[in-house]
Amino acid sequence: MESVSFKGDRKFREAVVERAGEEIFACYQCSKCSAGCPVAFAMDLLPHQVIRSVLFLKKEKVLSSRTIWICASCETCTTRCPNEIDIAKLMDVLRQMQRESGKKPHEPRVPLFHAVFLNAIKRSGRIHELSMLRTYFLKSGDAREKLKTGEWKNDVKLGLKMFLRGKLKVLPARCEGVKEVRKIFARAEKGKRA
Amino acid sequence: MKVSFFPGCSLEGTAREYGESIEAVCEMLGIEMEEIPGWSCCGASSAHTSDEFLSVALPARNLFQAERIGQNLVTPCAACFNRLKAAEKAITGVARMDVGIPLQGNITVLHLLEFLAQKEFAERIEKQVKRPLKNLKVVSYYGCLIVRPPRITDAIHWEDPQALDRLIAQLGGERVFWPYKTECCGGSLVLTSVDIFRRLTGRLLDMAKEAEADCIVTACPLCQTNLDTRQEEIGATVGTHYDLPIFYFTELMGLAFGVKETGKWFRRHLVDPRPLLRERKLI
Repeated sequence: MESVSFKGDRKFREAVVERAGEEIFACYQCSKCSAGCPVAFAMDLLPHQVIRSVLFLKKEKVLSSRTIWICASCETCTTRCPNEIDIAKLMDVLRQMQRESGKKPHEPRVPLFHAVFLNAIKRSGRIHELSMLRTYFLKSGDAREKLKTGEWKNDVKLGLKMFLRGKLKVLPARCEGVKEVRKIFARAEKGKRA
Repeated sequence: MKVSFFPGCSLEGTAREYGESIEAVCEMLGIEMEEIPGWSCCGASSAHTSDEFLSVALPARNLFQAERIGQNLVTPCAACFNRLKAAEKAITGVARMDVGIPLQGNITVLHLLEFLAQKEFAERIEKQVKRPLKNLKVVSYYGCLIVRPPRITDAIHWEDPQALDRLIAQLGGERVFWPYKTECCGGSLVLTSVDIFRRLTGRLLDMAKEAEADCIVTACPLCQTNLDTRQEEIGATVGTHYDLPIFYFTELMGLAFGVKETGKWFRRHLVDPRPLLRERKLI
């Protein structure tokens, strides 16, 4: 029997279930996920509330939340859930759906960082830490903000210390697999358009 | 003994001393690590956060190469290990995900720690210990992705793992109990939500101090970097001073094995462990 008490986007819930698994229907709100979550203190929706909101069709509430972007993917919730709900995977799915919505995310830096990271893999096959960091700081506006606040001094100090200890490789390594990696990205992009 | 090796991107940069100590220690144990030719990045958190296809296909490409060689695949990075295992299970498990990269599932992916914790190496490790880590009080830090989620990692003890603890004992060190073996360091947030990151890593440093440990030992390049390089700024935000050495487990093995170039590894740390080791008469 279908319940009729909730107004909202049923398609949203169907889409989430299809991508994150139908186990979410087994959630009985024990909040074990939220009790063990190391980032709960900074969340606007606790993990068990995210599941409840999905089940109650609260699409906007979930996708505009801060929670989906500050989840650290530590997998504690997934590991401890008594009903085998893959909550960390649910967070991934919600982040992807938020991006697909075309709306501004609550924490724009997070998806920007991931985009920069993936772009670096696409370009070189591997991550060269220094160039990846430089691109991220420039694109995120962090560079400008750090100039204003003086925070750049700390970054330069840390960077210099790491450089002097041989921890920052100046030139990227050559990856012979880069052509194949680019093909994988091309396939991923094609799949998205289809 | 030969195995295939997937170093991961950070071994070429921030985790250089991890790579150097792995090389030294494995040679002494008679293990030949053969780097997978043309290996590429596993995609890490960025791939699984953004795109399911990439999160499976990027590691699968490396697994495919490793299967062609036919030896088991060892990786020292927790994130690489987790993503390689996840891709292997997505393709060869019940889900049978198709990313255009066929896998047989005929090799085993192991994190370096579990590889070296196998029974067959116990005797070899004990034989190599020339300078036991006497009186060195160590808390072991496994972090997230070596153990969680167990359906991906195949970990047997995911809340209270033992491999590092046993190793510390084998090396003659003193295991110190603490409750944060597998608490998250917040590493994935270090660039995007630095306040949250500082609180999570700060909590680990505080607990290690409360447990009266001399140092923390890790098996993950990201955990080590997060714990070691940011102590000054974390201390500054809460008005304390931290100077807790953070070791890779292979560095402690090298130290106990009497490897000569340990100084070269320790010089790369931001919190220099040498004063502590001198005090304990270990160098």
